[in-house]
Amino acid sequence: MRTTGLASGGMLIGFNLFQACKPEVKLKPPVDLSKLDYKDFNAFIKIAENGVVTIFSPNPEIGQGVKTSMPMIIAEELDVAWKNVHVVQGKLDTENYTRQVAGGSQSIRHGWDALRQSGATAKQMLVNAAAARWGVNASDCSVSEGVITSPSGETLGYGEVVAEASQLEVPEDVELKKPSEYSIIGKGAQNVDIDEIITGKPLFGLDYKKDGMVYAAVVRPPAFGQKLLSFDSSKAKEMPGVIDIITIGEKARKLIAAQPNIGGILSSSNKVAVIAETTWQAFKAKEAIEAEWEDDVRMESTADHDTELNALLDGNEFNTMREDGNVNKAFDEADEILERTYEAPFLPHNCMEPMNFFAEVTDERVHLVGPIQTPEWKAGAVAAMLDRQPEEIALEMTRMGGGFGRRLYGDFVLEVAEISDKIRKPVKVVYTREDDMNDGIYRMALKYRIKAGIKDGQITAYHLKEAAVNSNMYGLIPNFFPAGAIENYKVDTAAYKSNITTGAWRAPYTNFLAYAEQSFFDELAELMDVDKVQMRLDLLKKVDADADERIQYSPERMTKVIETAVEKSGLGRQPSNVYQGFVNYYCHNSHVAEVADVEIENGIPVVKKITCVVDCGIVVNPLGALNQIEGGVIDGVGHSMYGDYGFADGKPLATNFDRYRLIRMKEAPKVETHFIKNELSPTGLGEPTLPPAGGAVANAFKAATGKRMYQQPFTKNPELLQPREKEIIG
Amino acid sequence: MPTYQLKVNGTSKSLDVASDTPLLWVLRDHLDLVGTKYGCGIGQCGACTVHVEGTAVRSCSLTLEQLDGKSITTIEGLSEFGEHPVQQAWKEADVPQCGYCQAGQIMTASAFLDNNPNPTEEEIKNAMHGNICRCGTYNRIYKAVEKAADQMN
Repeated sequence: MRTTGLASGGMLIGFNLFQACKPEVKLKPPVDLSKLDYKDFNAFIKIAENGVVTIFSPNPEIGQGVKTSMPMIIAEELDVAWKNVHVVQGKLDTENYTRQVAGGSQSIRHGWDALRQSGATAKQMLVNAAAARWGVNASDCSVSEGVITSPSGETLGYGEVVAEASQLEVPEDVELKKPSEYSIIGKGAQNVDIDEIITGKPLFGLDYKKDGMVYAAVVRPPAFGQKLLSFDSSKAKEMPGVIDIITIGEKARKLIAAQPNIGGILSSSNKVAVIAETTWQAFKAKEAIEAEWEDDVRMESTADHDTELNALLDGNEFNTMREDGNVNKAFDEADEILERTYEAPFLPHNCMEPMNFFAEVTDERVHLVGPIQTPEWKAGAVAAMLDRQPEEIALEMTRMGGGFGRRLYGDFVLEVAEISDKIRKPVKVVYTREDDMNDGIYRMALKYRIKAGIKDGQITAYHLKEAAVNSNMYGLIPNFFPAGAIENYKVDTAAYKSNITTGAWRAPYTNFLAYAEQSFFDELAELMDVDKVQMRLDLLKKVDADADERIQYSPERMTKVIETAVEKSGLGRQPSNVYQGFVNYYCHNSHVAEVADVEIENGIPVVKKITCVVDCGIVVNPLGALNQIEGGVIDGVGHSMYGDYGFADGKPLATNFDRYRLIRMKEAPKVETHFIKNELSPTGLGEPTLPPAGGAVANAFKAATGKRMYQQPFTKNPELLQPREKEIIG
Repeated sequence: MPTYQLKVNGTSKSLDVASDTPLLWVLRDHLDLVGTKYGCGIGQCGACTVHVEGTAVRSCSLTLEQLDGKSITTIEGLSEFGEHPVQQAWKEADVPQCGYCQAGQIMTASAFLDNNPNPTEEEIKNAMHGNICRCGTYNRIYKAVEKAADQMN
């Protein structure tokens, strides 16, 4: 930790939080961002002599609210009034911050200790400075909202002692507040950018402008597996505003081929970039390019993926992720067996702000600006691609119009850097919606086959097989519930390698797994003729989480969440026209239970309400937390109802929102949220409420219609289809 | 190329811009009013909603030529300092997550409430159904419209 006096007065307190909090760690290990699990970062607090406190928020803001909630944690321990805090998005700064990533719902969980330490340490230095001036003991002074009071009642504001404080030694082992002393955490703060958002101020990457900036639109292969053969740009060249038309892709391909973990998309095809004075001119000239494409590899269709994934599930080639006991023996001895298969399509991310990024490559430096979840990773990739020194790369993050995992990859950063390197102009690449949807990195199509054995009224065996396009579940997912609750338990995975690009999509893997397993549990309870909730509670009683370090979920916390959901949703006591579906789930370190209320309207089941109970420990910003929970649930309902993305001969079947259905106002259920109150360290909320929502809906549909949903989207079942409302177009 | 006249947020603008340029890109690239957002370009998502003569329209789907002489209000001109009741209701309800679609939502809601100051639940939901929020803030959008209607009465 270090402090710096500012030329303009005041103090800039820089904390290498990782080292501050864990002094035994001397060196940072190499960071593998693909793991999406970060443990450390730095924060900056700036206190001016006039008392104004600026907190730099280091992590990218994608709508998950960390630009508000992370500074709240610092401000709490710093003991300043939240209304006097000015929050600024930190730039990529690998010297002073580490792990500037948005992903995995981990910002709050991993930041909790470090952020509190940073605020408390700064506060202690300010108090020490005031105490020295008064000649009293620091421990006899008190602080309230940025004002220090001496034992005899004299007062000094933080701004009055900040210059002296910046010269002091950095204290260790500062005291942190007890949760009962919190005045900012748990109180609820509005989004720090609210005024700018409601008045339309430039906040997003697409809004960024620089003098002399030009725009690029890119002609991309129309189908996965196709390669650019040739193109005719004669018409496009003559169009108004067109500056240049160039071929790109070679540099990124060379880089990714040599370093596959560097991110981006390894495409065998080149692309054509059209550079023009305005966005619309670039879009129009792009349409005028006549390109010839050749089929380079297998041209895959949805039917092929279906066949390949079924073949994997029927086969014997699996990677075993967890194995307890002997499932086959238990199946042989079982009284009854239940086996079901669940299927899901690809999903595009569809961030409302299409992919875009700015680059200005000059001999001196590479300036990058835009929306990116992994700034450090991508700045490194650009340096490697353009053969530049890391210190020549400057990257600024804008607010992001959604992330959902798509902006982890930064293929668009490589793209624009390559364009600017060639044309040597400040340039912004802008994806059309069609580019965004069709040149995506999708949630992979996948299937689960689950088999359970029942003997003497007990579940004795559970075997989950996963077949997915390109990659399989990772990390501790195979150890989520019901791992630990069933004696003979096995998780197997297998992947079909496709040339369609796939990657992380909000709550990777569990976004579909939760629905599959929770549907299966319901059907298992029906077969066993036992209460669905009691069956889950009985399974949880069998889990000894202390005996197995791989098990991260807490049976006690899960039980409490389930019992609260039953109480709050009125499960089993609902009016006769309401059909309910129950689920419980653990992922991204939070425990969740949801109950869907479905009613029949005009002969069609309609999701009216979801009751959601969450244990995420201490709720840092209840206002933001509720928003994340409501959004996660509605996103989960929407994609399990409508999300469907397929291919014919490598070509995506939907190109825009006229053919790709996202949930809208009238389809969105009311979400009623209840938190489990405790004083445990907080966990993240960007993802955990999404995965169970589809399961709650499927189980409620079964109650309402008698039909089980084995396939997403549920609208593949004709009886669930609403007549498509005429879109309201202004 | 003919010159087109627009009145944007109360100010007259003369534009030497190609006639087929959608209003969205005239606003964003030529007039530096970037509060109006590009979402889909085909009038399906509502992120680009502005008012033309007080009516909510999709600015991506109307060309400069079609709008010559018209009066346009964008999110930047809805009020001077964000004090319009719909903007204030959006703030009180803390609606946004990523925030990208919200200018379009606010423009749709404000034109709707001008015409229907006492809407029913169903009317609010119908009015807002054309605007996609990928973050799923629909519960709060509904609350904010309801709140703004109360304020405007």
